[in-house]
Amino acid sequence: MSGTRPRIAVVTYLGSNDDRDAAWALGAVGADAVPVWHAEAELPAVAAVVLPGGFSYGDYLRCGAIARFAPATAAVVEFAAAGGLVLGICNGFQILCEAGLLPGALRPNESLTFVCRDVPLTVERADTPFTSRCEAGQTLTIPVKHGEGLWYADEDLYPELEARGQIVLRYAAPCNGSVRDVAGVVNEHGNVMGLMPHPEHAVDPLLGSADGALLLASLVDAARDREPVLAA
Amino acid sequence: MKATVLVRPKAGILDPQGQAVASSLRQLGFAVDEARVGRVVDLEVETTDPAEARAELQRMCEQLLANPLIESFEIEVPEA
Repeated sequence: MSGTRPRIAVVTYLGSNDDRDAAWALGAVGADAVPVWHAEAELPAVAAVVLPGGFSYGDYLRCGAIARFAPATAAVVEFAAAGGLVLGICNGFQILCEAGLLPGALRPNESLTFVCRDVPLTVERADTPFTSRCEAGQTLTIPVKHGEGLWYADEDLYPELEARGQIVLRYAAPCNGSVRDVAGVVNEHGNVMGLMPHPEHAVDPLLGSADGALLLASLVDAARDREPVLAA
Repeated sequence: MKATVLVRPKAGILDPQGQAVASSLRQLGFAVDEARVGRVVDLEVETTDPAEARAELQRMCEQLLANPLIESFEIEVPEA
């Protein structure tokens, strides 16, 4: 791939705990991660934004419900509205749903237990900026670690999302009780994605799988093709 | 004025926490068919006008206290 390293912001909320892993993994697949503190109301000039996993604001009320009000989140909402690429991982996915950037909601796992293991995922769509290095139908092995990862959409919303091709990843076997085993979705414009599994924990075969690198490297490819977007 | 918001999992939505509570109650010998677990938010609001309080709480629920996709809410304000 070309030698330029796109700048990708990684937002740290109070309670984020995968921000440094995400930054490291982005570096490993060819990007320069730019840390952004939750209190910053403006994003630096970046080509994409990653909202990492963790337990922002103690998961009070509902996971992601408080992070929605962080100044950095308002900047991310503007960035996404301008067409910027945004990837939310785990708690980042929960925040994007609460902020209304992604459809559905994340609820406590059906088992009521925390799930922490490698899971097989099926790629439903390879024509997104987040999955371009994959093939449709491919199985990826990527770890999950969450207590509230049951993605929910009601019987009116789900068929609309499926018809519009917004379902990007599914668990190949039931994981947490998600509707139709959905593990990752994109917004209608395809520039915002959220997923519960952690690609940043699967970028080196030494840790069991490097399949997460396919997703992150797809994002880096897409970011490389874009000019940095300055949120107004 | 004191006011209370009750937030519940929407009707028809699977509530694993409620199922676990119901099953525990049955193990204790209680004849329970179903339990659903929600959240209570007790508030102290500045206004003394019940109608105004109710309107304000409605906005609080829509903007933060409940997620309309998965939760319903009920507002309790003392009568004037």
